[in-house]
Amino acid sequence: MTADGRTGGRADGLTPFQTVGPYFAVLPLEGENSASAASTIVIEGTVRDGAGAIVPDALIETWQADATGRCDAADASFRGFARAMTDESGRYEVRTEMPGSIGKGHAPHILVGVLARGVLTRLLTRIYFPGNAANATDPVLALVPESRRATLLASATAPDRYRFDIILQGPGETAFFDA
Amino acid sequence: MIPGFRRPPAGVHPPLDSPAYRATSLRHPKEPLVIVPQTLSERTGPVYGQDTVGPGDHDLTRQHAGEPVGERIIIEGRVADEDGGAIPHTLIEVWQANAAGRYAHKGDQHSAPLDPNFSGAGRTLTDAEGKFRFVTIKPGAYPWLNHPNAWRPAHVHFSLFGPSFLTRLVTQMYFPGDPLLAFDPIYQSIRDERARNRLVAAFELDVTEPGIALGYRFDLVLRGRNSTPMVD
Repeated sequence: MTADGRTGGRADGLTPFQTVGPYFAVLPLEGENSASAASTIVIEGTVRDGAGAIVPDALIETWQADATGRCDAADASFRGFARAMTDESGRYEVRTEMPGSIGKGHAPHILVGVLARGVLTRLLTRIYFPGNAANATDPVLALVPESRRATLLASATAPDRYRFDIILQGPGETAFFDA
Repeated sequence: MIPGFRRPPAGVHPPLDSPAYRATSLRHPKEPLVIVPQTLSERTGPVYGQDTVGPGDHDLTRQHAGEPVGERIIIEGRVADEDGGAIPHTLIEVWQANAAGRYAHKGDQHSAPLDPNFSGAGRTLTDAEGKFRFVTIKPGAYPWLNHPNAWRPAHVHFSLFGPSFLTRLVTQMYFPGDPLLAFDPIYQSIRDERARNRLVAAFELDVTEPGIALGYRFDLVLRGRNSTPMVD
């Protein structure tokens, strides 16, 4: 309680989300667009809105297991986290290593958070990789309606390059999660 | 097994479709969110430690040759989970407009002046008790194009990580008594009034540094753990 009897500033429950806004500019983390000191693959894509327009002010964040499927290795050479803003053409790019499986039946995947002006609460989704047999048994992918699963599948554009477009709304809308 | 995280109570986080905030209209998914379990991937998250943060990163008034223009303020607070347990050694990033309401960002075309002595970005780690402290200047309000004569109330953006990718939080801290809060569709997008009030810092004499800077308290709460571990 403060001098004027208000309880402001004192938390009495979960702190709400607010939009990241159009002017995100923090002190950069070292090598923040790469999840690993030894990244071998590139993931790139374009973010679009419900009118098909590019989103040039999105902050894309990724989190994933290392190549052995560990998520808690706390290894300075493998951070597991990367982030990048989309550019004026709506394109983002992060570098990483191919994740391993976190357990039996789980397909390799990367968690993705999408923050942007006009996005009040972070959107959460996953990237899966094409041609992986475990995609058929993955317990999270199985919960996504079959007609929408393709939205979570990256496409290989070169041996070490994957494309993962994010559509916030409308035809081809990316499947987003409530976890 | 690492326990999972509680689902947020209804009304705390703003709805993705909030028509009064116009930019949400084409940027909210129309399909329902897919409810998924919390696997190891969701229950873990990145760790940024002491090596990430420079000694002066928490003081936004000392990043240039001269002092920024504006009212010096101190923001102190504590980061806890929903059970009140401290979240120690977690990274907090802040960014904000200068005292005139202008961001040092190429996208900000507001006619208010830039301040060569203010970049408006800082960071710190919480201590062992979850406490943190920033020194900065009070940001100015600024106009935006959401509706005729729209003004954002003064705010400081906060970005927190916490123990998991699911505890990640990006939010905004507002100032007590700001008349613009009543008209701000971003602040008002939070349906639960009590939850909304949590984003308004408290003026606290105890945090004030006499003769130097006014003090505000801003505590933050991240998602709490489930009491029983989740099974994959």
